[in-house]
Amino acid sequence: MAAAGAAATDLEVARGKRAALFFAAVAIVLGLPLWWKTTETYRASLPYSQISGLNALQLRLMVPVTVVFTRESVPLDDQEKLPFTVVHEREIPLKYKMKIKCRFQKAYRRALDHEEEALSSGSMQEAEAMLDEPQEQAEGSLTMYVISEHSSLLPQDMMSYIGPKRTAVVRGIMHREAFNIIGRRIVQVAQAMSLTEDVLAAALADHLPEDKWSAEKRRPLKSSLGYEITFSLLNPDPKSHDVHWDIEGAVRRYVQPFLNALSAAGNFSVDSQILYYAVLGVNPRFDSASSSYYLDMHNLPHVINPVESRLGSSAASLYPVLNFLLYVPELAHSPLYIQDKDGAPVATNAFHSPRWGGIMVYNVDSKTYNASVLPVRVEVDMVRVMEVFLAQLRLLFGIAQPQVPPKCLLSGPKSEGLMTWELDRLLWARSVENLATATTTLTSLAQLLGKISNIVIKDDVASEVYRAVAAVQKSAEELASGHLASAFVASQEAVTSSELAFFDPSLLHLLYFPDDQKFAIYIPLFLPMAVPILLSLVKIFLETRKSWKKPQKTD
Amino acid sequence: MAAAIPLSLLVLLLLGPGGWCLAEHPRDSLREELVITPLPSGDVAATFQFRTRWDSELQREGVSHYRLFPKALGQLISKYSLRELHLSFTQGFWRTRYWGPPFLQAPSGAELWVWFQDTVTDVDKSWKELSNVLSGIFCASLNFIDSTNTVTPTASFKPLGLANDTDHYFLRYAVLPREVVCTENLTPWKKLLPCSSKAGLSVLLKADRLFHTSYHSQAVHIRPVCRNARCTSISWELRQTLSVVFDAFITGQGKKDWSLFRMFSRTLTEPCPLASESRVYVDITNYNQDNETLEVHPSPTTTYQDVILGTRKTYAIYDLLDSAMINNSRNLNIQLKWKRPPENGYIHYQPAQDRLQPHLLEMLIQLPANSVTKVSIQFERALLKWTEYTPDPNHGFYVRFPVSDGSNYFVRLYTEPLLVNLPTPDFSMPYNVICLTCTVVAVCYGSFYNLLTRTFHIEEPRTGGLAKRLANLIRRARGVPLL
Repeated sequence: MAAAGAAATDLEVARGKRAALFFAAVAIVLGLPLWWKTTETYRASLPYSQISGLNALQLRLMVPVTVVFTRESVPLDDQEKLPFTVVHEREIPLKYKMKIKCRFQKAYRRALDHEEEALSSGSMQEAEAMLDEPQEQAEGSLTMYVISEHSSLLPQDMMSYIGPKRTAVVRGIMHREAFNIIGRRIVQVAQAMSLTEDVLAAALADHLPEDKWSAEKRRPLKSSLGYEITFSLLNPDPKSHDVHWDIEGAVRRYVQPFLNALSAAGNFSVDSQILYYAVLGVNPRFDSASSSYYLDMHNLPHVINPVESRLGSSAASLYPVLNFLLYVPELAHSPLYIQDKDGAPVATNAFHSPRWGGIMVYNVDSKTYNASVLPVRVEVDMVRVMEVFLAQLRLLFGIAQPQVPPKCLLSGPKSEGLMTWELDRLLWARSVENLATATTTLTSLAQLLGKISNIVIKDDVASEVYRAVAAVQKSAEELASGHLASAFVASQEAVTSSELAFFDPSLLHLLYFPDDQKFAIYIPLFLPMAVPILLSLVKIFLETRKSWKKPQKTD
Repeated sequence: MAAAIPLSLLVLLLLGPGGWCLAEHPRDSLREELVITPLPSGDVAATFQFRTRWDSELQREGVSHYRLFPKALGQLISKYSLRELHLSFTQGFWRTRYWGPPFLQAPSGAELWVWFQDTVTDVDKSWKELSNVLSGIFCASLNFIDSTNTVTPTASFKPLGLANDTDHYFLRYAVLPREVVCTENLTPWKKLLPCSSKAGLSVLLKADRLFHTSYHSQAVHIRPVCRNARCTSISWELRQTLSVVFDAFITGQGKKDWSLFRMFSRTLTEPCPLASESRVYVDITNYNQDNETLEVHPSPTTTYQDVILGTRKTYAIYDLLDSAMINNSRNLNIQLKWKRPPENGYIHYQPAQDRLQPHLLEMLIQLPANSVTKVSIQFERALLKWTEYTPDPNHGFYVRFPVSDGSNYFVRLYTEPLLVNLPTPDFSMPYNVICLTCTVVAVCYGSFYNLLTRTFHIEEPRTGGLAKRLANLIRRARGVPLL
């Protein structure tokens, strides 16, 4: 009876043990994964390694240069070697994590018949007109014509000439090392026409460490898909001045051709408005000697803020706005002049603010006051105004004056105010800037998502990230193979996709629970469940150890 | 703003042929009006209307040039292909029973209704974007307009302007009754005026006075109108209106007289040079037919009589563009005086400030004999901060009792205090939930676990129960044989 009872008890004990173990097993095998699965945040996989690889990206910017030799440009035996290709590669020293190399691929060839004919004509204009006709050159490529040493196409003291399109003319030389000497000259001219450190440094100004030049370099507008240009006429004193401006005509005649030439760099929209009773924020200083009013240079930053509230935000689009203000000072403060650092009045009576726009002060001719009663009708001379505004527009787009090599003749600007190679240079700079922006955006996004593990990463965000990474890589490849236009388009796509991913609202729905709240929720649930399981596991463990030790003792 | 740099570099540009070819500017005009109406209740209503008309086909032109018409709204019309836009912000409610019918109707809160052009393909998307942009322009919560509070009326809200067909598919209407109107909505509204708030009637728009009123309603209406009599082309009309009702008792210390300065704390100083019409109308209708009860100062140049909303009204007209009007003193302060002050007793009202001071309402009333006078005050129940509840919040809160004083001889009557039941939250709810959950989980799981893992076996009562052991202990202590 006792033995049977003990056996039954043993059986019960064993069953109890099995039940406890089974509980533990269910909790671990079923409970834990279930808990894990139901509380997990959805995170699509991202190409982390590729993104970190982008930081060490080597940008090779290839400029295809076609060098055309006319008959008497180099010694005859050198001409025999044509055609062949020389590559000139150079690293651009910038304090930036991306290595940027500039590569001039010079394809040397002999001149075709019609090119010979064109280059033997009397003047540069004729030659250009004849050379223009055959085919359009691809964006970013350059063509250099090497003419004979004694050609009269260039003035005698000039060694080279940069045309308004993508062509340049370089004087040849009759020398044993003719190719070397000409090659150096060609690289000099090609650099001026395409890539210089200045241009790239300005493009990367936001990503470079601060230095004393950075403020100056940060003048150009950041790269964007489009830009809005707003011309505003500020008339603070409509009682005295009845100002009229022919902005429609001026835009049609001067601004639109310039923007058409720039259209490869983005979409542009232009509008204008007249604001009455809009005053500048500072009181000008009266100078009794000249009986005129002056705005000091250090006051200029304070001028903009009060005016800006009246300008009105661009409600209809997300593109950055460039403001150009024409300020007709009130009668009590006119004439009004802007003084530079040295106290001399600025010739244009205008100034610009980086990435914002420009302001021009337009004084009403004092003679108009004599004849008539107030208000005086004022017709604005739009040629004078547009000259200033277009110059400012060029600066704000980062189209700086080129650094022309010595003894080089620069052609006069085209009628639209922008040379074709200047546009190329802008596209080079904008492509590099876009790549840098996209890389930075992707890197910080990857960093952020890696650091905060509670953020949900949706599939569409992930696909935008993949698209951006692919676009950065494609753009870098296109740059390396010298296809500027497609590289620029790809870089724009990279920026757009990366920012779409970065600013996706779903990333903001942060499932963020502080640890103390987690404990508050989990402890009432887990403690009553875990304590019995753990206790019985400990008990089972102790008993098994005891039962193992027992046989040893009996031995 | 970053530092500004004087432009010293000027690129020589081959600008195209100069010379003037003055294009015909699209004509635009501004007309401003202010109507001041003394209301039957003794309050004063002021209604501003600024109408900007622009002879331009906004949708057609690629480059748009704005003069009097505000650019922000013009861009909206062309970008979202609007045909009509009506937006109003109202604080308070027009009490038709005391104030008579209003000139301009508007519901409390924000109301937006828009007719889109029939070229718009995705009306709902445009509507959503438009409400977001408008919310940015007017600093209002219009971005909360979504499909849950948007309707497409099919019979009402016909277009107010020129319209060929009325397919209601292109109409959207939404109201946000909760929208609180304040200074930040008025400032962008004022910025749309060509003269800003520097000249003309807009000088009077001073925010701290306009929001110290019983009723404030501001609106923007855009609609296409005929440009000429034959209606060959269209013009755009922007109508900005603002109506306020001043509480005469607060501003006038119980008198019904008013002046521009007393209401707006400004006077009219100069006309807006851009306006082609700038007028102030004052309602001087005689309420009593027998004699003149009120007079205005300065005396108006012209008066005008018309039947408006069924009643005959007389208006005194002041034309600001008339150079004699804004006289040598360089400002115009229109004043109205009641010749025979109506017998209305005395009312002093001091509004309460939350957590600082209570309401005070004093009334001097002459009561007829054998009459019942009933004073009723409406109140709203509100939730207090949770620390402000008394230990027994369900008891209710006391409202101080009214006192009435006799004037001739000393008699002071007190009434019962009022006990108001305020809504009380369930203070213990979160604690209850946690306790209940924990208990349920612990009990269910614990007993289940015990049941399954415990070993049950029958124990022989070898030494007896606890009672027996205790008894034995005591017996041992006493030296009695054990059980």
